[in-house]
This record gives sequence, structure tokens and C-alpha cells, in this order.
Amino acid sequence: MKSEKALLSTDAVRRIARLARLSLSDDEVEVFARELSDILAYVNLLQEVDTENVRVTNQVTGLSNVMREDAVVSCENPEEIIELAPEHEGNLVKVRAVFDS
Amino acid sequence: MSVDILSLTIAKARQGLQHKQFTCVELLGACYDRIRAHDGDVRAFLTLTEERAMVQAEEVDRKIDRNEPLGPLEGIPIAVKDVICTRGVRTTAASKILEQYHPPYDATIVTKLKQAGAIIVGKVNCDEFAHGASTENSAYGPSHNPWDLTRSPGGSSGGSSAALSAGFCLAALGTDTGGSTRQPGGWCNLYGLRPTYGRMSRYGLISMTSSTDTPGILAKTAEDTALLLSLLSGVDAHDATTLPSAAPSADSHMSQSAQGLTIGLPKEFFENNIDASSAQVMDQAVETLTALGATVEQVSLPHTKYGVPVYYILTPSEVSSNLGRFDGIRYGHRSPEADSLYEVYTRSRGEGFGPEAKRRIMIGTYALSSGYYDAYYKQAQKVRTIIADEVKALFKRVDVLLTPVSPHVAIKLGEKSDDPVAMYQEDVFMDTAVMAGIPALSVPAGFADGLPVGMQLMGPQLEEARLLSVAHHYESATDWITRTPTL
Repeated sequence: MKSEKALLSTDAVRRIARLARLSLSDDEVEVFARELSDILAYVNLLQEVDTENVRVTNQVTGLSNVMREDAVVSCENPEEIIELAPEHEGNLVKVRAVFDS
Repeated sequence: MSVDILSLTIAKARQGLQHKQFTCVELLGACYDRIRAHDGDVRAFLTLTEERAMVQAEEVDRKIDRNEPLGPLEGIPIAVKDVICTRGVRTTAASKILEQYHPPYDATIVTKLKQAGAIIVGKVNCDEFAHGASTENSAYGPSHNPWDLTRSPGGSSGGSSAALSAGFCLAALGTDTGGSTRQPGGWCNLYGLRPTYGRMSRYGLISMTSSTDTPGILAKTAEDTALLLSLLSGVDAHDATTLPSAAPSADSHMSQSAQGLTIGLPKEFFENNIDASSAQVMDQAVETLTALGATVEQVSLPHTKYGVPVYYILTPSEVSSNLGRFDGIRYGHRSPEADSLYEVYTRSRGEGFGPEAKRRIMIGTYALSSGYYDAYYKQAQKVRTIIADEVKALFKRVDVLLTPVSPHVAIKLGEKSDDPVAMYQEDVFMDTAVMAGIPALSVPAGFADGLPVGMQLMGPQLEEARLLSVAHHYESATDWITRTPTL
């Protein structure tokens, strides 16, 4: 990992935005290149910590394999849920074509 | 009769209702009167539920007239942070992307509030998706601190702290991912409890950082905080990370003595890292606790300064994943401009998310991307382990840790809003408890230049009762909680 100031170019910002499915204006791309570089420079402080032989913390509860009965539970208000979709038809959520025709 | 809502606590309001000193309609009426008079300045609420609340209040009055048994929160007005789902009541997460979202279900903690008889006054403002420390990241504008309207009430649960200290309700629900309940409590002369991770269900909280999100309680006294904790805790089939431990009792704030208690003061939270006026308040608080019989020990948490950088890798990473669900398909904003499925995703998200949510999605996507995962996310998870182990080890020597909530009093609105890294560092004393999943409580500890200063108590996992007991003894020996802002 590099530690110089300009960690992210505008091209890199555009590439990340594509991965994140986020449209950004040209102005936003410029601002983010600067701000995200500042943030990355700051969090890079962590590189100085010796973590050899340290385990990762994924969770803090100490619980493992929390099980429940594998039973079907019915939904009491399906209409309410379908109604939330920006477009719907009957009991179906309406979306754009997934594959080009 | 008129109800002096500012001086009421939950405990006093329960008595007042039971002894018919005032009706529930009068109690709720007093809240809405103050909201009408002052929320134009404070801007705590995003949605009011007055019509529904007044119907409930009338029902409570009928129950009281008929001498029917009352729930432990029967008729108590409570505000709910807008990242907590309330069935049929608009829940925006202070984001444009959820501007018209009416959840089809209640969060578990909301279900529990309702079962106890509480009345929801409305939904309160916060930073968008709880990303922030001042409410300035709300898509609907910031809330204002009732102690000084030019200042922030804290964040992200700043609408909760503003509403409670302004006398718009008698308690408020918040959330605490990296200090979002404790810091607003500290800046508004209120209690702010982050429970042990797993103590209270996260089901129905709009997810931010799943490995550190907890619900939070804002209340006026240790007693009220203990009551709410007892009612809102417990294992939940809808949240596999909830702990099966029994909930603390409603009087857990009286469970332990201050006599013989050892309080650790981690030097990294004092020294040159806080304002002189806040340091003075801390010194006095420590003196008061010593007079109550506690012993004080200087201790050290050398990795404290890495807490914020760890947080700002783990959080954006988990945020980038959790906010992936907002895709314009099933609920929330869908861009009318989109020409393809890809554009439905990118434009809906680009139009719906504000700057800080976008910033976090971007940082997180980068940190989790191929080639960077080990250097960022994995390294942060390892440093998290070091910070957590360090604080847990101290609890073999001391019973509780005492620190300031913030390095300074409430910041001015606009003071840090243009500098994301400076705003991130507002969490500097908040992240230790987050990393370890231990409970932490902010306690009203005095004033500096007329503004509230909070002290933070941290304890071992599941030891909320110990923190609430220390707080209760301290509260009994001081009069800070009787002070209220003038609007």
C-alpha cells in the first residue's frame, strides 16, 4: 500500500464508483479524489501497528452456530411489501429487462 | 393542570398518571405544545405521529379511570430515531433515498416499547443513515442543540438528544455504532447508553455497520435508563447476534455500592487530549466519586489512537455492503431517468444518497476490493482485536473505566462540516467500547462555559448494572440533571 498523498486518481474514483453502482457527477469525482485520498492517508496510520500473530475480530458476542427450526413462516402482509416497490404489477415487482433483447 | 415536561422523568410521569395528578392527554398535549412552540428552532423531528398518539393517550386515560393494570411505560411519550423501523410510520434514515418509505414492520425494540405501553411522539432526525457526529449529514438539515441553538446536539442521534433535552418527550431511542448515542447524550446533559453488543436486538435498525451497530437509550436519569434497558433487552429470533443472558432488572441502577469500587482513568483520554474546561469538570467528577468511596487508579490504553482509523475502515466497508440493498428495485427511490437496469442502480443511488453516504460507499468498496482487502479490512480487524484485548485486560484490575465523552463541548454547526477527517475524529473517545462490544454510558457530569459536559463509564460485557449504579450514586450527589435549557 502506498502512503503518498494522492492515493486515488480521478480514474480510480470512476472505477470504484462503477463497482459500487453509484453515478457521480464530474464535480463529485474531483472532490472525492481529494477527500478519499485524505481519508486513506489518515487510516494508513494502521500500517504501523504490528499485527503479526494477531487474530481478526469478526464478531464480539462469543456466540457460534445460532440455530433455529427450519420451518416455513407465512408473511402476514405481502401486499404492504409489494406496495413499497417503485413499480409493481399485481403481486410482482416490476423491473427493467435484465438481458438485452 | 399544566404539565412541566422539562422537569418530568419517566418515573415521575408514571406516578403522576397513576395518582391522577395529570391525564395522559395532558402529558402528550404538553409535549406537542412544546414541539409546536420550539421545534421550528430545534428541528428535532422529521415526522410527528400526533393523531395516533392522542388516540393512544385517550385510551390510556380510560384504562386509568377503570383502574386497569398499566404497562411499565404506559402513556410515556418517547421519540424514535429515524433509522429505526416503525410500521406504517415514515422512516427515512434522514436520507432522500427513503423519503417515502413506510416500513411494513416494527423494529423489535419498537415492538417492546409498544408492549410496555409507550406512546411514540414521532421520528427524530439524525445524520443520513447514522453516518456522522453532528446531524449535519441529514438530508433534511441539521438539528440544533437546545442549550445553544448555534451548536450541534451531537450525532448521529442528535434529533433524539435535542428532542429529549428540549422537553418534547421523556426518553428517546437512538443507535450507537461509533458513539452515536453517548456523544449526543454528553452534549445535551443526558444519559446515553450503548448496551453490550447483543444485549438489545438490532432487528429493524436500518443497518450501518453490522459488527458494531447497537440500539441506544437516551434518558434523563440512571433510573429511567435502567427501566428502559430492562424492557428493551433480550434474545430475539430475528437477530442471531442477540445474547441469551437475562435482561438486567428495572432497579439495576441500585444494585451496587460505590464503596470499594475501583475506577480506572486511562491516561490517553486525558492528558493534552481534552479542553482545559472539560478536564476541570472531569477532575471534579472524579473527586465526587472518590468522596463516595471509590478508589481511583491511573491506567493506560496505548492503542486508543488507532480506534478511529480502525472504525473508518470497518464502517465504510460494512456500509458499502449494507447500503447495497438500496438499488431502486424493491423499495426506496427509483430514478425516473434510468434507461437500463444498470442505470436504475447507478442513478437511483447517485440521486438518493447524500455526500457522506457516497463517501463511505466509495471508501468501503475500495477497501474491500481485490488486492486491498488484506491491507485495509483484515489489518483493521486485527488492530480491533488488540484494542479489545487491551481494554478487557484492564477489567481484571479495575471495575469501571471513566473517561470524558468528548474532548470538548458541543461544536458549532458548520465548524467541521467541510472536513470529513476532522469530523471522524469527534469519535476519538467512543471507539474503544465499540471495538470490544462492551457497554458504555455517558453521564451528565457538569458544565463548561454553560454547555453540558459528559463523562463516559465503560464496564465489562453485560455489566450495564455496574455502570448504572455508579451513575446513580454520582447523580444523587450532584444536581446536574436538574438543569434544563432555556428555549
